[in-house]
Amino acid sequence: MSHATGPEIVIDPQGNEHLAVDFQDDYEAGIFGYWLFIFTEFMMFGAMFMVFTIYFTMYTADFVEMSKEHMNLMLGGTNTVVLLISAYMMGLGMMNLEKGNHDKAIKFIWYTIILSVVFLSIKAVEWSHDIHLGLFPGDPVLESMSKGANLFFGMYFSMTGLHGLHIIIGIAFMYWTIKSIKNGEVGAHRPVFMKNVTLYWDFVHLIWVFLFPLYYMIGGAA
Amino acid sequence: MNKTFYDETHTVFGHHDSKILNWIFTMDHKRVGILYGIPMLLVFAIAITVAFIMRLELYAPGEQFISADLYNQAFTLHGVLMVFLFIIPGIPAVFGNIIMPLMIGAKDVSFPRLNLFTWYLYMTGLVVAVLSLFIGEGVADTGWTFYAPYSVTTDTNVVMALSAAFLLGMSSVLTGLNFVVTIHRLRAPGMDFFKMPLFVWAIYATAWIQILATPVVGITLILVIIEKFTGIGIFDPSKGGDPVLYEHLFWIYSHPAVYLMILPAFGIVSEIMPVFSRRTIFGYHAIALSSVVIAVVGYFVWGHHLLGSGMSDLARAIFSFLTFFVAIPTGVKFFDWVATMYKGSIRLDSPMLWSLGTIITFMIGGFTGLTITMIGQDLHLHDTYYVVAHFHYAILSGVVWFFFAGIHYWYPKVTGKMYNESIAKLVFYIQFIGFNLLWFPPFIAGYLGMPRRYYDYLPQFEIYNQLAFYGAVIMIFGLVWMFWNLFRGIKHGTPVGNNPWEATTLEWHLPSPPPAGNFSKTPYVDFDPYEYHHGEPVVKFDENYKRIS
Repeated sequence: MSHATGPEIVIDPQGNEHLAVDFQDDYEAGIFGYWLFIFTEFMMFGAMFMVFTIYFTMYTADFVEMSKEHMNLMLGGTNTVVLLISAYMMGLGMMNLEKGNHDKAIKFIWYTIILSVVFLSIKAVEWSHDIHLGLFPGDPVLESMSKGANLFFGMYFSMTGLHGLHIIIGIAFMYWTIKSIKNGEVGAHRPVFMKNVTLYWDFVHLIWVFLFPLYYMIGGAA
Repeated sequence: MNKTFYDETHTVFGHHDSKILNWIFTMDHKRVGILYGIPMLLVFAIAITVAFIMRLELYAPGEQFISADLYNQAFTLHGVLMVFLFIIPGIPAVFGNIIMPLMIGAKDVSFPRLNLFTWYLYMTGLVVAVLSLFIGEGVADTGWTFYAPYSVTTDTNVVMALSAAFLLGMSSVLTGLNFVVTIHRLRAPGMDFFKMPLFVWAIYATAWIQILATPVVGITLILVIIEKFTGIGIFDPSKGGDPVLYEHLFWIYSHPAVYLMILPAFGIVSEIMPVFSRRTIFGYHAIALSSVVIAVVGYFVWGHHLLGSGMSDLARAIFSFLTFFVAIPTGVKFFDWVATMYKGSIRLDSPMLWSLGTIITFMIGGFTGLTITMIGQDLHLHDTYYVVAHFHYAILSGVVWFFFAGIHYWYPKVTGKMYNESIAKLVFYIQFIGFNLLWFPPFIAGYLGMPRRYYDYLPQFEIYNQLAFYGAVIMIFGLVWMFWNLFRGIKHGTPVGNNPWEATTLEWHLPSPPPAGNFSKTPYVDFDPYEYHHGEPVVKFDENYKRIS
């Protein structure tokens, strides 16, 4: 892609020079726009957390019981640590990219991808175990249980499902970042793409930090 | 002469020989705006046709042309098409795209590719919505609000309608995101926030609503889709879910959405008023900030749609109070527009005529809105034709007519031609009469107890429905003539110069239509947007956009 437009200088009546911002390669716009996108994600997950709060208030006893009996604190806790380390790896990759160590950056992104796959695998084990027990919306086993139990698992699958979808999209973006670093489109000179992927990954990780106590730990407290 | 970036690649994939490819892959904000306009016009025409069929059915009590079920599908289709595909995206996607970057002296929006992508999302949503007409049991029959639990149980194509609304929501979010970044980053040097034209302020406030409110409805619609496929029970009372919660989540977006519709429309009037009064706008700061106040307060009034749904008295009182409160910043705008005209030298050209007429009808729409935010009054009038009439006074003779004012105002800038002005004035009067005949009688019918959303009614309401029918005929006649006039003007109109209205904002200093890349040299903006002296624009530029007076 050609970049024929250079920086344009505008001169005011007093003779001072001002830089007219060009929309091409505008670093600040890239960062600002991505933060706005993260806001929209917050609003979207926020609505789901609000729904969770309402039903948790309505059916507190059922929710606590379901969490205690069917949520595996060990697996969920492991996943929390895995995701935490993956966010750390992504951060290290970002720091290396800014220093110009592109190979190291790629290595750290690969670590992040591996950890994300570990997270998804553990999640898959948990999901298939629950589905095997009939704890899935529409299953007669779950439908014979209390209303609170139905809503607990309805919300559980919706929210962790949406979160898992974000993880998968994140992996795709990380792979794209690696490709772009290799062909030179992303690097110390143009870090904005990777910066935004890192920001996205921090956001996805943060959502899990809230999901974990809400589904796994409320049972432990009782 | 050196070829610029804009001559070589103003499309995503470089230059194409085919004209069509050059258009549908364009990154030029003006072209994207026009791309949005064409399908919107089609949607508008279909939705008007559906509305007319409903009016025909309502001409007499009993079943004449369409069955009760078909009538339910008809008002759903009318609502979905009009709200999600025409009015919500309308002004921001068309004039926000075409005019806003010109007004701030930018060469394009911040993310031109994303801008084109939103158009593809919009078109996908449009295709899905239209396909739902022909697949399975046909278009949804839930009303455009998709209230649970009926939307979960009906066999009609609710999932497709919801998916369409979700895609259109994504398109709207990304457009808003693009505009906020553009307005922050790409203003010409010297133009601070309080030197921006008021239309830009309105688009800015609108864009924030798009970013912050739309994701909520997006996830709500997704939850209904999941509910339909797997039965998670979130909105299903038989499984412990709460259908009223759906209403809350829906209106958390959809009430801000009506401000999302009207704010850019107010922005258009704020442009037209000073130009056709040959005066600086009265209360620039008040108008600019009232947009922001409306956007913020409008976020907290959704509960007035549920005053009859068993909320606590305290919550109802708060929502009622906040709804009244929104009328204050709206009133600020109206008083400022009237004050702008005071001692101005008013020119009754078609854009001004549309604005003035709409101020009258929107006042009726606004004040009838206040009567139904009174809790006691609302319990009587809820779900009657009174509410439908209020909505159409506020939206059709508010948003859509301000949109028409904008179309007549910016038409010479976009096409470089001028339509037939005397026809443009005449069709305004025709539509003004037709519209009031169409929608005023329903106020009375609704007040007397005629419910909304039925194909049938009691015989004593016949006269109001027949008056409305004749009004609809007159209105549609005016509409068709108006669009005929506008289309004719593209080919046969008289060519105009840069500034036929003698307006002051930056877009009128460009040639009509503006070239790719807009300003050959970025201007330095050290003046207010509406500076008139003895009825003449103060600021003048030479051919390099350097100020000469």
